Amino acid sequence: MLIDSFVNLSYLLGAVAFVWGLRLLSSPDSARRGNTLAAIGMGIAIVATFVKPIAEGDNNFIWIIAGMLLGAIIGWLAAKRIQMTAMPEMVSVFNGLGGACAVFLAVAELYKYYNGGEAMDAGSRGIALFTLLIGGVAFTGSMLAFGKLAGKIKDKHVILPRHSIINLILLAAVLIGAVYLIVQGNNLGFGALIIFLILALVYGFSFVAPIGGADMPVVISLLNSFTGLSAAAAGLIYNNQIMLIGGILVGAAGTILTVLMCKAMNRSLGNVIIGGFGSAAGGSSVDTGDQVVRQATANDTAIVLNYASSVMFVPGYGLAVAQAQKVVKELDDMLEANGVDVKYAIHPVAGRMPGHMNVLLAEADVPYPKLLDLDDANSALPDTDAVVIVGANDVVNPAALDEPGSPIYGMPVLEVWKAKNTIVLKRSMSPGYAGIQNPLFFKENNRMFFGDAKDSLQKIVQEVKNM
Amino acid sequence: MDTFLQFFNSQLIMIYLLIFTIILGFEVISKVPSVLHTPLMSGANAVSGVVIIGAILLIRQAPADDFVTLILGTVAVILGMVNVVGGFAVTDRMLEMFKKKKKN
Repeated sequence: MLIDSFVNLSYLLGAVAFVWGLRLLSSPDSARRGNTLAAIGMGIAIVATFVKPIAEGDNNFIWIIAGMLLGAIIGWLAAKRIQMTAMPEMVSVFNGLGGACAVFLAVAELYKYYNGGEAMDAGSRGIALFTLLIGGVAFTGSMLAFGKLAGKIKDKHVILPRHSIINLILLAAVLIGAVYLIVQGNNLGFGALIIFLILALVYGFSFVAPIGGADMPVVISLLNSFTGLSAAAAGLIYNNQIMLIGGILVGAAGTILTVLMCKAMNRSLGNVIIGGFGSAAGGSSVDTGDQVVRQATANDTAIVLNYASSVMFVPGYGLAVAQAQKVVKELDDMLEANGVDVKYAIHPVAGRMPGHMNVLLAEADVPYPKLLDLDDANSALPDTDAVVIVGANDVVNPAALDEPGSPIYGMPVLEVWKAKNTIVLKRSMSPGYAGIQNPLFFKENNRMFFGDAKDSLQKIVQEVKNM
Repeated sequence: MDTFLQFFNSQLIMIYLLIFTIILGFEVISKVPSVLHTPLMSGANAVSGVVIIGAILLIRQAPADDFVTLILGTVAVILGMVNVVGGFAVTDRMLEMFKKKKKN
């Protein structure tokens, strides 16, 4: 009895720690404490689970401890060794593993049921199937997202013709399969469950396949919320409150981020899921005709920047790829020393996960009062002398405002062309992720500086030094 | 239908908890500054590793010779633990950078 109360009290404390930890995580000053608090809550909950009295079973602590040690070592090493630029990949992998964990649980519980070991009512089986489905989708979806982010999988290799129709059919098959499994109960064997599992895994993969590039922040947040929901559903299987609470909180956080990301692109979630970006791009590209772009050298750029009174950097995914955040900061410091006011304009969907640019610039020690969000940046841009666009493209595309035919039409963008000068650091003229041409490149006051972002910035730094 | 109604009645407290936690979750996290989008996501991701508790219970409740359950459960524990430890550690690493910057 005493031990029961201890366990219940521990779960209660753990749940409060989760809620409070996430609350602290949403404010910069307290975020680190919040994360620690949530981790402590998790620790308390795990310890309580070890001592929780159980009606039957042999405890098998050796299996649990071995698994925990192995998992902890892998997780720790991965977290310590990962490059900050590879953060979106890492978060995707961790997220996928959480989903896979829920899948294993659901399979193990249903295995007992199908082998006659345990009675489960229709509701419990429905929840187990839901856990399996959502966890499975989160798993294969996150793994594919990882592959895409790490550049191992190209979008064109996984997108099928009429992919959205295939996805609808798969979704219908999965839902009908779930209902059929629930209704049939024990008439079907364990094999039927495995088929359902495979279907769920295929759907997860296929679901993420058409979504890519600039839409990545949306899909990562969405998969995050799926993992949370699968954890919550698993909590219903075990009648365990802390699993339910933890899972739902994650589901809520993921949903909020998903909505924020969609708003930032002025698109509906449905539109993102169908994947209008990657596929619809071909037809509506701007006719570039014989327009010319003006190129800039490192020297020109250094002069423009050094004699400007205000400079704004617009970082994008290219900054992450080139790992150029520290060079940007170096240039920033030199310009500041020469009396130039330097700011950064952060588009909400710049990069491949929510807040991606903020993390990179934080790594380079850029103080966050220098980071302007979309609205602040747009009101500051007309008074800015020079804008340096580092590896961003679609988020500075004027077509979003003035070309109704463009796939990104309606997306709020950074209106960099209102500044006196813009300099685009870019590898080549190839269009951005969305596959659309950027009229900004042809504007009168724009210069292109071709090359790897990091190399180009280093050259500019060198030139500024020589002045 | 009856089984579902029965399920609803028997799980009423859990259903209350579910709904109130959804409301609480949205309230607690609704105003995240964009600076913290990534840490929030990765911290929340670590919390979703709470599913490991189910895996521990699964193994503890299994007979010592039920190797199917033990193996499934242990794989689940490993995956869950990677999620939990990796998630919290990586979030801490990110937030450390944010903090370091504040001193400047």
